[in-house]
Amino acid sequence: MTNVIYAVAVLGLLGAFFGLVLAFAARKFAVEVDERQLQVEETLPGANCGGCGYAGCAAYAAAIVNEGAPINLCVAGGSQVIADISHIMGIESAETERFVAHVRCSGCTGIAREKFEYDGIPDCVAAMRLGGGQGFKECSASCLGLGTCVRACQFDAIHIIDGVAVVDHEKCVGCMACAEVCPKDVIEKIPYSANITVPCNSLDKGPVVRKYCDVGCIACKICERVCEYDAIHVTDNLAHIDYDKCVSCGKCVEKCPRNLILDIRTDRKAGEPSTANS
Amino acid sequence: MSFTGILSISLGAILVENFILVQFLGICPFMGVSKKMDTATGMGLAVIFVMALASMFCWVVNEFLLVPLGLEYMQTLAYILVIASLVQFVEMFLQKFIPSLYTALGIYLPLITTNCAVLGVALLNTQKGYNFIESVVYGVTGGVGFLLAIVLFASVRERMEFADYPKAFEGFPIALISAGLIALAFMGFSGLKIW
Repeated sequence: MTNVIYAVAVLGLLGAFFGLVLAFAARKFAVEVDERQLQVEETLPGANCGGCGYAGCAAYAAAIVNEGAPINLCVAGGSQVIADISHIMGIESAETERFVAHVRCSGCTGIAREKFEYDGIPDCVAAMRLGGGQGFKECSASCLGLGTCVRACQFDAIHIIDGVAVVDHEKCVGCMACAEVCPKDVIEKIPYSANITVPCNSLDKGPVVRKYCDVGCIACKICERVCEYDAIHVTDNLAHIDYDKCVSCGKCVEKCPRNLILDIRTDRKAGEPSTANS
Repeated sequence: MSFTGILSISLGAILVENFILVQFLGICPFMGVSKKMDTATGMGLAVIFVMALASMFCWVVNEFLLVPLGLEYMQTLAYILVIASLVQFVEMFLQKFIPSLYTALGIYLPLITTNCAVLGVALLNTQKGYNFIESVVYGVTGGVGFLLAIVLFASVRERMEFADYPKAFEGFPIALISAGLIALAFMGFSGLKIW
């Protein structure tokens, strides 16, 4: 019996002694953390998406408070978070342009030809290993629509619709996590205010594109000619829009012979994400 | 305590019975913190520090508490208690005085708590019946052996970044293979005896 009592007493006393030492050390060695850092960290969304360029929300909060990092880097939180941080830090916040991810492909099932039927692991990276390293679609630049990006998105903002990934611009926070995992590099960053898009990523010449896709850009340059604002240019066989110049007049949308160029305003109004309008 | 005794304990702990590569204790931080040379060195130094303190305190606890009361069977429990508190203490100490090392070691510092090398050194001290000085020497040199192993391994891994090996081996597989090779090399010390 005494053995049990000894054992309990010895370990109990040891534990109590070490507890006291640690309590004392916690006082003595306490590190003062800036109160604002904790507040900023609480304000941030906590998704740790890395869109700001720091290792996570905690690292970004530390950078804001200690290194004076810009407070408008959190794309996930949007203007509300920036306003809150500016309140905490006492810094005026500059209005920031909101960016969203956008998939440069309209090659839905039936529109872009497939080389073969893919029945493997439902993942774009896996599918890329087949078909000469380009996946199962004839177009080497197209979205494979197997949802690697969907799984990367923490905000439920990107979905596969008719075999192509489509970004919900309302939900998208612009962290570009989808673009990082996309093996086709088919996701770009556009301003939220952008209305006109060219959802094609193919750099092939017109006749080649015609063979495998019903909507792909054939680099006919009609859009370039009808644009009165010098805002759309065909480089490397693909039309690009300069959003600094684009006024969303919609002329190129009307004239595009492939019905590729898209006015996403109409889709937004209809409450549907943008897809090919062909 | 003769000089030769200390020397043979040290040599044994560093080379012949290297904690990681021969006894396979403390593999977790060995794999986890060995990607970069500077963090590996930091971890090694922290382990030396913790192992020395652990040997000291565990010897005192064993000699003056457990043995007189006939509680030797409680060694493991008591040692874990001592080591856990020690690591906590070291963590606070580092956060206060060497914050750069604290951030570099990151989540691996609490791992020393459950590091079997640290518990191992305390239990081996008792098993081998070392006295206080011998225990401390064994603790420090065991830590030095850990530092040697992890620094060697980190330098190998740093070079491996540029090596051309099959894609299937990327990351931990190749790290485990090279760890195995280093362990094989250390087997060469197994016959080493000075006197």
